[in-house]
Amino acid sequence: MTHNPNSVAGQALDRADTRVRQDEGLGGALRAFIDRVRSGDLGMIPVAVGLVVISVIFTSLNPVFIRPGNVSNLLYDCATTGIISLGVVCVLLLGEIDLSVGSMSGLASAILGVLWINNGWHPAGAILVALGMGAAVGALYAKLFNRVGMPTFVATLAGLLALLGLQLYLLGSTGSINLPFAQPLVRFGQNLYMPNWLSFILALIPGAAVLWTGFRARARRQAAGLTGVAMSVILVKAVALTVVLLVVVLYLAQGRGVPWMFGLFVLLVVVMDYAFTRTKWGRSLMAVGGNREAARRAGINVRRIYLSAFVLCSTFAALGGVLAAARLGSSSQQAGSGDVNLNAIAAAVIGGTSLFGGRGSAYSALLGIIVIQAISNGLTLLNLSSSLRYMILGGVLALAVIVDSLARRSRASHGRA
Amino acid sequence: MSDAAPIQSQPRSARGEPVISLRNVSKNFGAVSALTDIDLDVHAGEVVALVGDNGAGKSTLVKVLAGVFQPSAGTISFMGREVALSSPSVALDMGIATVFQDLALCENLDVVANIYLGREKDPWHLDEVAMEVRAWTLLNELAARIPSVREPVASLSGGQRQTVAIARSLLLEPKLIMLDEPTAALGVAQTAEVLNLIERVRDKGLGVIVISHNMDDVRAVADRIVVLRLGRNNGVFTPADSHHDLIAAITGASENSVSRRAGRLAAQEEGLA
Ligand SMILES: Nc1ncnc2c1ncn2[C@@H]1O[C@H](COP(=O)(O)OP(=O)(O)O)[C@@H](O)[C@H]1O
Ligand SMILES: [Mg+2]
Repeated sequence: MTHNPNSVAGQALDRADTRVRQDEGLGGALRAFIDRVRSGDLGMIPVAVGLVVISVIFTSLNPVFIRPGNVSNLLYDCATTGIISLGVVCVLLLGEIDLSVGSMSGLASAILGVLWINNGWHPAGAILVALGMGAAVGALYAKLFNRVGMPTFVATLAGLLALLGLQLYLLGSTGSINLPFAQPLVRFGQNLYMPNWLSFILALIPGAAVLWTGFRARARRQAAGLTGVAMSVILVKAVALTVVLLVVVLYLAQGRGVPWMFGLFVLLVVVMDYAFTRTKWGRSLMAVGGNREAARRAGINVRRIYLSAFVLCSTFAALGGVLAAARLGSSSQQAGSGDVNLNAIAAAVIGGTSLFGGRGSAYSALLGIIVIQAISNGLTLLNLSSSLRYMILGGVLALAVIVDSLARRSRASHGRA
Repeated sequence: MSDAAPIQSQPRSARGEPVISLRNVSKNFGAVSALTDIDLDVHAGEVVALVGDNGAGKSTLVKVLAGVFQPSAGTISFMGREVALSSPSVALDMGIATVFQDLALCENLDVVANIYLGREKDPWHLDEVAMEVRAWTLLNELAARIPSVREPVASLSGGQRQTVAIARSLLLEPKLIMLDEPTAALGVAQTAEVLNLIERVRDKGLGVIVISHNMDDVRAVADRIVVLRLGRNNGVFTPADSHHDLIAAITGASENSVSRRAGRLAAQEEGLA
């Protein structure tokens, strides 16, 4: 490494400046992490802490909360709204909002029911039309924003009403359509669990991936004359991740196991995380969310970024709606109404995606929705009325936004955007 | 005054083909004419300094050439062909790189991401290692004092940000570089480094447009000094021309606050003597 052509006076390129603390090994990684947190770069910490607190409180109030069967059920509930929330993250990263995701999911479930049951289509065709409708609605929002300059807050508020109207119109004559119980789609939505052996194997993959990519990146960085992440840090990360996932999977195996639908949700989260952090598209999305004019001057096609984000958001909302219909076994006028909209948006924010654009992560949808569903589930187990549930969820959301705003202020005073 | 036959000097020597030529370029913002009938040529291997008072239209001219603003009238030729600089990406693709006065950096992204913004290697699997190495190379060429390229730009000082913006303009091997007050926030050593850099890219045969309020810097590097006043051409000078004439063209009068102040100081010294 000292003989690398890129290194400066025997020092790695990124360690040549004497003012940089030489954070090495585990201790260094820990110190850098603590520094980041203290400057207001909280990342996933508030939500992780919140989740532990919530579990402890509800378990002490009613031990059923933590039983494997209940947790499996909870994960099932997370998947539908979580997928909607994943789309919301896309537009929040731009500093925009989509208030119509709930209506969009309801419309998608209505399209599914009407085409599949009333018109005898193959369910795959009905799903495709529903997703296509989502993409078209997202494209319309983006067009209104790009061409007319209509604020997305207003455009999507109008969409909330219009899409709800369309849903009611489609269901009009029947009101509610029951989906056949024995169909694969409905089974997927209600009681399709992974075999235990498969979930064990899947629980090992993330740790293995961390090891493999970690060592590869380390080797490449050192070959290029940069410092690599310490072996010990990579090992600890991989082991910790594997242990946590194995414990969860083993625990769920005591009950019915991991729902396939939750597996699909996690897969989508991982794919979107890759897209946000490892592709040019994701980099452009973050740039537009951080400073739109700077992104434009760097040659980024800002309109196309808006278009892609809104299309993704509405399409995810439509997918969430299709899965919600499968979960309920029906397409009804109530689908997508009530708290779906707000839960999806709140989950992204609670998970740590900033409302101000430019920072956040796909994992915020995953963690945020688990927090919200855990609260709902726990309160339901306590037989508390939904009035109280709304008040508590409202308080949690307010808390999350307060944490976001305070962290943002702290970052500003520590010069971290 | 501004139309009264400005002091015209011959260019020192046209070093190469014109990289960019503007004819009668105008830019209006509603009722405000920020630029009126601007003519400008920049040749390969030539440094053109653009000077003028605040609000003279220098930054507006740079933004027109960067594709940020569309001109209201006039023609622009690049490498001998008439072109429409319809968007920043068109200008960048042609080889026009710009360091904007406001720098145009994304504060939430780190230094590497900002330098490579819009030009990332491997769009479907970003090559962070190669980008980081190249970023360090560019920054070291500028003798930059940046402790870490993996910190968000928000944590950098004004001078460090300016260096990042300059490094970014060098990434693409452009044919024309425009620097809008590139040394305004820089320290002594870094200013010298940027002036060296300007000479280096000139010697590589690039065209350079530099805006500065520091007349010493301008005289040190410029081959020609183009004066704008109230959005119009107000003369072309060489570093050899007198300071007095240059100031007169910038302020629009031979009798002006700068000359009055100089006269007063001179009178005081005489009085003391
Ligand atoms: N986006 C804009 N909208 C309206 N007026 C503008 C805009 N940009 C610049 N101007 C006006 O154009 C004139 C020239 O500004 P500028 O080019 O920034 O001057 P400078 O020579 O100091 O860089 C100023 O009068 C300014 O108010
Ligand atoms: Mg200016």
